[in-house]
Amino acid sequence: MTGPLSLTALADSVRSGARTSVDIATEYLDRIERRSDLGAFLAVDRARTLAEAVAVDARVARGESLPLAGVPVAVKDNIHAIGFPTTCASRILEGFRPPFDATVVEKLRAAGAVVLGKTNLDEFAMGSSTENSAFTPCRNPWANDRIPGGSSGGSAAAVAANLAPAALGSDTGGSIRQPAALTGTVGLKPTYGRVSRYGLVAFGSSLDQVGPMTRRVEDAAILHDVLSGHDPKDATTSARDHEPTAPRVRDGVRGLRIGLPDEYFGDAVDPEIRVSVENAGRALEAAGAVLKRVSLPHTPHAIPTYYIVATSEASSNLARYDGVHYGRRHPEAVDIASLFTGSRSAYLGKEVKRRILLGTWCLSSGFYDAFYDRALRIRSLLKADFDAAFRDVDVVLCPTTPTPAWRLGEKISDPVQMYVADILTGACNLAGIPGLAVPCGITERTGTRLPIGAQLMGPAWSESLLLRAGAVIEAACWDPSFVPSSGSAS
Amino acid sequence: MSTTLERWEPVIGLEVHVQLGTDTKMFCGCRNLFGAPPNALTCPVCLGLPGALPVPNRKAAELAIRFGLAVGGTIAEVTRFDRKQYFYPDLPKGYQISQDKGPIVTGGAVTTSFFGDGKTIRLIRAHLEEDAGKGQHEESGGSTLVDLNRCGIPLLEIVSAPDLRSAEDAWAYLNELRLTLRTLDISECDMEKGSLRCDVNVSIRPRGTIPFGDRVELKNLNSFRGVERAIRHEIERQAALLEAGGKIELETRLWDDEKGESRLMRKKESAPDYRYFPDPDLPPFAVGRAWVDRVAAEAPELPLKRLERYTSVYGLSDYDSKVLITDPSICRYFEETTALCNDPKNAANWITSELFGLMKGGVSIDDVKVRPTHIAELVALVKAGTLNVRSAREVLAKQYEDPRPAKEWVEKLGLVQVSDRDALVAIIRKGMEMNPKAVADLKAGKEKAAGAIVGYAMKETKGRGNPAILNEILAELLKTL
Repeated sequence: MTGPLSLTALADSVRSGARTSVDIATEYLDRIERRSDLGAFLAVDRARTLAEAVAVDARVARGESLPLAGVPVAVKDNIHAIGFPTTCASRILEGFRPPFDATVVEKLRAAGAVVLGKTNLDEFAMGSSTENSAFTPCRNPWANDRIPGGSSGGSAAAVAANLAPAALGSDTGGSIRQPAALTGTVGLKPTYGRVSRYGLVAFGSSLDQVGPMTRRVEDAAILHDVLSGHDPKDATTSARDHEPTAPRVRDGVRGLRIGLPDEYFGDAVDPEIRVSVENAGRALEAAGAVLKRVSLPHTPHAIPTYYIVATSEASSNLARYDGVHYGRRHPEAVDIASLFTGSRSAYLGKEVKRRILLGTWCLSSGFYDAFYDRALRIRSLLKADFDAAFRDVDVVLCPTTPTPAWRLGEKISDPVQMYVADILTGACNLAGIPGLAVPCGITERTGTRLPIGAQLMGPAWSESLLLRAGAVIEAACWDPSFVPSSGSAS
Repeated sequence: MSTTLERWEPVIGLEVHVQLGTDTKMFCGCRNLFGAPPNALTCPVCLGLPGALPVPNRKAAELAIRFGLAVGGTIAEVTRFDRKQYFYPDLPKGYQISQDKGPIVTGGAVTTSFFGDGKTIRLIRAHLEEDAGKGQHEESGGSTLVDLNRCGIPLLEIVSAPDLRSAEDAWAYLNELRLTLRTLDISECDMEKGSLRCDVNVSIRPRGTIPFGDRVELKNLNSFRGVERAIRHEIERQAALLEAGGKIELETRLWDDEKGESRLMRKKESAPDYRYFPDPDLPPFAVGRAWVDRVAAEAPELPLKRLERYTSVYGLSDYDSKVLITDPSICRYFEETTALCNDPKNAANWITSELFGLMKGGVSIDDVKVRPTHIAELVALVKAGTLNVRSAREVLAKQYEDPRPAKEWVEKLGLVQVSDRDALVAIIRKGMEMNPKAVADLKAGKEKAAGAIVGYAMKETKGRGNPAILNEILAELLKTL
């Protein structure tokens, strides 16, 4: 049996008439059904997806040129796709059906992609394990007693288990890269302003970006090229032209200067992960890159800064879920105050409430300067760190996560432990720069094989360089056609 | 009242919100209209649906800049939006996009040249924000309905310094502000439609002292007269309280215009913490010099500039000029008429004395059937000698009910001025025969005596005789005697 096809191979097979979009969608829908135990999807609608596939086949027959002809894509359930509900894995949005497509979904559909379903996440993308889903936890296809990471855990699990050839995730502090690393998939967090946020349900608006999650680096490049570009509906998107990255993804890394930031290889990082990422560095060196040590001195402040900025913005962004206009309303509300507090108390999850309270506190009169304002100042120091490093090197290479995937329930009662999982990914969002997670090795824990992810970060708009370096690591260290068998270790 | 004001000096500041007259809302493409069916003018952005994002309206920023330039304020080089956060059913995002730290306009002043004694009231700031929706409490069933048509309509909040010292000052300031905003096509400023809203801060201090007293904010003011009444009442309330040994507390009170009194809405301790922070969806934007210059070049004429032009170029009196200028629709009407007949003095006359005489009971000139073309035609007909003033007046009165062209009315009423010399000579001769005394007086140099003869001729011609020609004929005939 051959491994899963690349996006190019899938689209070619539809364009050439070898297969139909309907065949491909059916194949993936069948697999999703068989692996419902993973909890990767929150909404699947066979009839709807097949109808989309039929429409794509008709467009192909009419001779339309579609870069993603018939490619099924799973969409994280905090991104709007007409025809599917958007719940953000929260009870408060149960039953909400968006009246518009996110710009990214509009672009995917225009390119010939078919929406396969909506994937599981931590409620409102708040979490690092997908255990904060109000509906069902998601499991790691490498070991179903372990978490797939989060918050885009459903998208990561779906791609890792070959339930989708590609998925959309969103990344506020690592929510694409961390689950990609923990499931052996590729995840790209683009430069802030590269991809439209219109139709992505906001968590931390100054940090959020939508990005691709795929089996292969090249697939990520192809999807990234479709998603990128200015959107008149999102004032934070950049007006600059997007230069396609996919045509150059095999250009190699000869002469590229790659920095290894000391602070990202510290004691908090599992030794096997360090070794594996250093190994990826040697592969880049062998391909002609030059490795250098660099320093990002403010890195230890990234996590507290991130949690102040993200929760402050979240406390504001989530104020709209009040039971008045849409979503669920508490049935026993007797007046406006009990409508607001009743609905929010009953239908928002514990972690979401924790973050709203934290953010509300940080923005409160008398605390603003000590928290939010100070966080913004540290944020600019973190940016300056990267600016300085990128004067010496073109990109930096480091681990994506300090540990491999942990067991379900292991950290759920200790939020701070959970927050530390973002230690290597949060600074990238605060600086607004792009980050790519690419699998680079395997570690064994109590007899279970678990993937390790390397992380590449570069200056704003350097996605092309990251993808080129990622392709070199992939070629040297990883087999993208490998689909983990989903046994439990225990 | 007067004794209160002898002891106490009021210190008053106003916060005025005006809806900007843009085509579309502040952050989305929905139409900015009044009176549409509930929730007809909404979209995901102004409904605050999850995933929707705001995009600022450049035209709204331009109107704010236009205002800033008109009042001599400073236009921010970089302006930004902040979120003002509170929960209310008519606020679907749970926050209002406003400007806290980076208002588009700071400073500037309004001078009460048209409505007051020429006092200058400084402005602290003017900033852009979005309007909220409207809640409607149903009488039966106790439910509340929400209409979000108003949600997202651009507002300019104009905050005055505490420079006002009386209710009359506040009334004059409001009128002056409205005149500027309407003349510059920034806002309709119609309090009844809610396109102008006003909150008032009032404190009092013993006359001759400097420190401000604690202030009270008044809300729910629905007319300029209501603002005046509420301020007067508040001054008396505070004075009575202080004189009875009480203390003024920082609080917000709601004015009840029917009862003529206010009631407590909230004390300072329960004032909300709005948790302002920069809106991450809207990057700060630069207001370049070139943009400001273009806005300045495109802006309509200011009321004071216009006054100068009317008096010096048009030769109108200060009084007439002000009558025209203080109502921008009358002013527009006048300008149109003048453009058509090229006779500003007569145009002004016909509008302010004749037309106004016909308009009764608060009719707006925009609703009058007589249009500038009508007035211009009458002015021209009189000038050409086709109609005398009396006939023209008669035509205007007819046109006021039925605006057919003057020529039709002239024919119908038989009003064409008689300028046929031979016919008029015969009439004057007859008049002279019938008034020998007048003729004798005229010959003796008593010019007033002409009235009897010309009057007779006017009567004979049913008022259509051209008075200039009649006088001329009479003079000629006297010489031949």
